Amino acid sequence: MSAHSADTSAPAILAEVKPAVVPRRVLVEHGRDFHWITEKICGLVEGPTPTWWWVCLGVAGFIASFTVAGLTYLVSTGVGVWGHANPVNWAWDIVNFVFWIGIGHAGTLISAILCLLRQKWRTSINRPAEAMTIFAVVCAAIFPVFHVGRIWFAVLPGYLFPFPNSNGIWQNFRSPLEWDVFAVSTYGTVSVLFWYVGLIPDLGTMRDRFTAAGNVVKARIYGFFAMGWRGSNRHWSNYEMAYLILAGIATPLVLSVHTIVSFDFAVSLIPGWHTTIFPPYFVAGAIFSGFGMVLTLMLPLRAIYRLEDLITQYHIDCMCKITLATGTMVGYAYSMEFFIAWYGANPYEGFAFINRAFGHYAWAYWIMISCNVITPQFFWFKKVRENTTLVWILCIFVNVGMWFERFVIIVTSLARDFLPSSWGYYSPSVVEIFTFFGTFGVFSFLFLLFIRFVPIMPMSEIKAVIPAADPHGSSHH
Amino acid sequence: MGRPTIKEAAMKKTYGLIAAFDTVPALYHACEKVRDAGYSQWDTFTPFPVHGLDAAMGMRRSKVPRFSLAGGITGFFTGMGFIAWLGWVEYPLVVGGKPMFSPMFAFPVAYELTILFTAFATIGGMFLLNQLPMHYHPVLKAPQFVRAMDDRFYIVIEANDPKFNPAQTRALLEQAGGKDLAELDE
Repeated sequence: MSAHSADTSAPAILAEVKPAVVPRRVLVEHGRDFHWITEKICGLVEGPTPTWWWVCLGVAGFIASFTVAGLTYLVSTGVGVWGHANPVNWAWDIVNFVFWIGIGHAGTLISAILCLLRQKWRTSINRPAEAMTIFAVVCAAIFPVFHVGRIWFAVLPGYLFPFPNSNGIWQNFRSPLEWDVFAVSTYGTVSVLFWYVGLIPDLGTMRDRFTAAGNVVKARIYGFFAMGWRGSNRHWSNYEMAYLILAGIATPLVLSVHTIVSFDFAVSLIPGWHTTIFPPYFVAGAIFSGFGMVLTLMLPLRAIYRLEDLITQYHIDCMCKITLATGTMVGYAYSMEFFIAWYGANPYEGFAFINRAFGHYAWAYWIMISCNVITPQFFWFKKVRENTTLVWILCIFVNVGMWFERFVIIVTSLARDFLPSSWGYYSPSVVEIFTFFGTFGVFSFLFLLFIRFVPIMPMSEIKAVIPAADPHGSSHH
Repeated sequence: MGRPTIKEAAMKKTYGLIAAFDTVPALYHACEKVRDAGYSQWDTFTPFPVHGLDAAMGMRRSKVPRFSLAGGITGFFTGMGFIAWLGWVEYPLVVGGKPMFSPMFAFPVAYELTILFTAFATIGGMFLLNQLPMHYHPVLKAPQFVRAMDDRFYIVIEANDPKFNPAQTRALLEQAGGKDLAELDE
């Protein structure tokens, strides 16, 4: 506070009470400067392609081929190749859809909600988390689009999007499934826009660096997407306002998307689905699984690219704590569902929950409980949070557990509904298993392309949170 | 780099004067000086948005929210209007004994379209107000400008500013702490 100490002096009361000075955790370790940040992040894109990248890309491509093969077989043969049969007519397709959409939610939470809450630690993780969101939405979209079998009806006028068509029929807008079409496609579009707007300044940096290095082709390519960004403050002013508004609308968007996904179930009459707790419970679960996935991706990335100064222990602590908080919320929702099933005194509802925990699918239920409720509790301990290998393993359990949560909700409820005569047991077919397995390859393939060709962290945002960015030259701000 | 021909010299027009600053506080205080000197056609170039620089440059609040509001209202009424038209006019079909149209069941779609249209309007508005994409700009030609996207801060005062005077403007920027002053060609 050199020049402005006179007009913005602290309230007089502070001199009396002498509050304890709590030091803020630094967001970039070792006092790195602006130029180091540029070199570090641009260097990842400009440097030679590492061998491990090609190996990983090959493996990811091979795994992705399982999805391609599974979907080709599905489209050429029919949806009968999946394991659905009465009474379980919704199974892995929607389980996988909800799983992947949920993964995406952490990306939007980091980029939008933490932006509004002025959580500056979001800066170094928001770009890869947003990329994760987009790729997760891509994987999610595969399932609803392909479960219609004849996919040309899903994309062209017909099943999903309302276009005038020669049959003169339209979608049923009273159905949550149609709301879902709008929710997910809006979510995908806005996520891409948000991600791209965040990228523009960094693409400008890449353009100028390639221009200075004489690499005209790359300068043109990055320059095209940089839109001629030149870091003008008259531009920054509009840019920051636009970014703030995007964060402001992405926040209700991310909450609405999983709410509407939960409406797919909650608006129906099936015992175990027809509950009002679903929207908040699904949103908490989505953020929980998403942070599990963010950590699953960030920790190897941090180790391989030596990003410890940018993704600090403080970042890992914050993410572990959010995982802990949301995991505990999910655990609370599980117990509250049980309580209401008993308290509501509806015999079908009560049966649905007893059946979940002790019926034919009890194995899935207890996998879910142990992964989602017990696993995050380890994050109470600082020792655990500081052991990145252990954090990574625990996050894998979170991912597994959240997939099983959707499986338990969807399949157990359908397999045992009202009439014992219509009960059944569902097992996936090998085609379903391969298709789902392959989506991890699709996701990894896209993510590998991202880390190779796009600056993986928002340089302009990280620079803005280091102490040297303060116009008043102090850390007091 | 030979001597310019007469034609080149005649065509060469100065875009403005560029000055570099090494730290954010130096830039901030220089901006206050340029603002107080009464210049209007000038700008700063920074690798990241500097907190409080809008005030130091005497800029007004961004107009992007107007675009956003217009987009949001359009989106909401598009959703509601479309579903009402579908239920009442184009495709009246009773499903589950529910009304042909109700804002209750139209709300989720209208809500999503509000957000979708707001996003497009916000980004469109930002590009429009910033006059982007603009792939050619005098400052992008300057070789030193690579550092404006990296770790240095620049002020450019344009030659078409009514107060621009090569000698006085240069003196002002030097006195404000500017380094590596140079003229930018149009």
